Amino acid sequence: MSDAPGKEPVAVVGIGQTKHVAARRDVSIAGLVREAALGALADAELTWAGVDAVVIGKAPDFFEGVMMPELYLADALGAVGKPMLRVHTAGSVGGSTALVAASLVAGRVHGTVLTLAFEKQSESNAMWGLSLPVPFQQPLLAGAGGFFAPHVRAYMRRSGAPEAIGSLVAYKDRRNALKNPCAHLHEHDITLEKVQASPMLWDPIRYSETCPSSDGACAMVLTDRAGAARAPRPPAWLHGGAMRSEPTMFAGKDFVSPRAGKDCAADVYRQAGIADPRREIDAVEMYVPFSWYEPMWLENLGFAAEGEGWQLTESGVTELDGDLPVNMSGGVLSTNPIGASGMIRFAEAALQVRGQAGAHQVPGARKALGHAYGGGSQFFAMWLVGAEPPTG
Amino acid sequence: MNRDVAIVAFGQTDHLRRSDELSEVEMLMPVLHEVLAATGLRTGDIGFTCSGSSDYLAGRAFSFTMALDGVGAWPPISESHVETDGAWALYEAWVKLQTGDADTALVYAYGKSSPGSVRDVLTRQLDPYYLAPLWPDSVALAALQAQALIDAGATDEQDLAAVAARSRDAAAGNPHAQLRGPVPHGDYLVRPLRTGDCPPIGDGAAAVVLAAGERAGELCGRPAWIRGIDHRIEAHGLGVRDLTDSPSTRLAAERAGAFARPVDTAELHAPFTAQEVVLRGALRLGDDVTVNPSGGALAANPVMAAGLIRLGEAAARIHRGASDRALAHATSGPCLQQNLVAVLEGDPR
Repeated sequence: MSDAPGKEPVAVVGIGQTKHVAARRDVSIAGLVREAALGALADAELTWAGVDAVVIGKAPDFFEGVMMPELYLADALGAVGKPMLRVHTAGSVGGSTALVAASLVAGRVHGTVLTLAFEKQSESNAMWGLSLPVPFQQPLLAGAGGFFAPHVRAYMRRSGAPEAIGSLVAYKDRRNALKNPCAHLHEHDITLEKVQASPMLWDPIRYSETCPSSDGACAMVLTDRAGAARAPRPPAWLHGGAMRSEPTMFAGKDFVSPRAGKDCAADVYRQAGIADPRREIDAVEMYVPFSWYEPMWLENLGFAAEGEGWQLTESGVTELDGDLPVNMSGGVLSTNPIGASGMIRFAEAALQVRGQAGAHQVPGARKALGHAYGGGSQFFAMWLVGAEPPTG
Repeated sequence: MNRDVAIVAFGQTDHLRRSDELSEVEMLMPVLHEVLAATGLRTGDIGFTCSGSSDYLAGRAFSFTMALDGVGAWPPISESHVETDGAWALYEAWVKLQTGDADTALVYAYGKSSPGSVRDVLTRQLDPYYLAPLWPDSVALAALQAQALIDAGATDEQDLAAVAARSRDAAAGNPHAQLRGPVPHGDYLVRPLRTGDCPPIGDGAAAVVLAAGERAGELCGRPAWIRGIDHRIEAHGLGVRDLTDSPSTRLAAERAGAFARPVDTAELHAPFTAQEVVLRGALRLGDDVTVNPSGGALAANPVMAAGLIRLGEAAARIHRGASDRALAHATSGPCLQQNLVAVLEGDPR
């Protein structure tokens, strides 16, 4: 790659989110995305004129019943006369969208890019939107939980994890959400007993160990070194970002710990110069739509040896005041506008290293990982952000 | 200063009215194999893969995930997808190559319009509150644009018929085209557009390989260098746009350097005859420019692939020495709402 001039450093200088709720009946889709975009611009103290391009992502168009909604949203996002690019990589899309926006800056195509992801799930029913009809799929599965529950069961068998681990994750994430004003679920009366007594949906996944359906949007302003120098607040710097994909099903696929996830993390750590993620990363915001995915991803991302991820959860390491806080925002278990969920993870990582996460701030967080996945555990997008600019 | 990136291979299916016997993956795989074979690359050699397609054509959510099976994404690959025409997938891949993270990219796109009524399906692209409930179909909206152009004195129905005839004559030399040679101009479909003014409805797929720097020369005898590429979007509301002009095309062309020197060839993504008139004006193309020697979208319009095919056709002409500097254009949305322009060049012969 001798002819490549070297990448421009990428900084996150603005972050905006809606208050995520079950149904935003007070705003249109355009109103919803605009709220997040204006929040990000205000954070960066920029106006629409300061944005060179818009990169937008969301999950399947069927969720709102609008084909390629970026066309209709061009006006609301100040994109008229500018480049507007739409990304769709299934559940990882919020992360992938941010990475495409980052590439525009890193490749010196644009100086400042607004990136945004959203889902307004109240417009339809995501569970049935995800249950594909014959002939695309046999009528065995109801919703994403039906797809993932057997893989959770496989993890439990393989690792010998105690049955209660899932409920510990849910109890932690729902309590973290109480500290995050943007989170969808604010269950002030949550107890571990209530989680464990909630109805079984897809054995072994209980109702309280399942993500909600949310309306929400998340936006970020990404900029180059010059843009970061003008930023009113400390930026988060991109130290590494990567995407990896593998097919949905094939002989030899490891649904518990997919190789695409391992490879993606390894690429990010290589770019960021991370040798020991468990020691060098201060906080992790990962895509956990069903509670058991916390220990599963802890192993897949290299924070724990195979079969030992659940021990970090059980011993409290992943609590907000633990040694490796996971899902400080309350995670996908507390907020899930699907298309935006990946970007919310990426944004939370950036908020942490900017020191702007409020009541769910990890004190002194310098390096944080944002993680998203989608499809049949096959699409992965991750970034590692730091409080300092990347060296070299 | 952009990194030098070229289109080094292009392949497409024969575009057909129906392909009931083929899934999207089955339709796509021969094209993927074709471009890989042309470059001698295997999936594992490719630095980045990006595709364009639409769930609304497929009639199911996450339809692109199955297409990944056709790529053979094992071991796992660095990959992304755009929910729009594959021309924008090529743009995303070009950006990736600009970062230096990859030296080669595989880009593909596919669309099957045959299972549904594409005229009606495309109404779902419109403002969901004020426009989509009225179901104005894609031909009706194109007819509004054509009428605006006629009213402005920029064209007439005879001119439009000539665009259609020229496109299908050109397609006689394109074995992949759906409409080849003389086609009756037909009755009004939506006045002032006759069936001949409208694209055929069909299924198809296309793929290209991009390579950066010296790698391009290793993979292709005469790479089609992307000297500039840019895309711009306009307002969605048709009432606030001048449908007789395409300022987003003009701006994208300026940013891509299209006006710096004349081009000898232009592949324009104009599914309706009147749209070619709009684009020729916005791009200031003279009569000396060969426009749509492939026959363009009037000869084959596999939705979501037709824009990428314009880039591929322009590149293929450079590959075989039929062009030295070509403009390629792709569009998305109603009445040319969003437009992409690339300028491709071959090394001096």
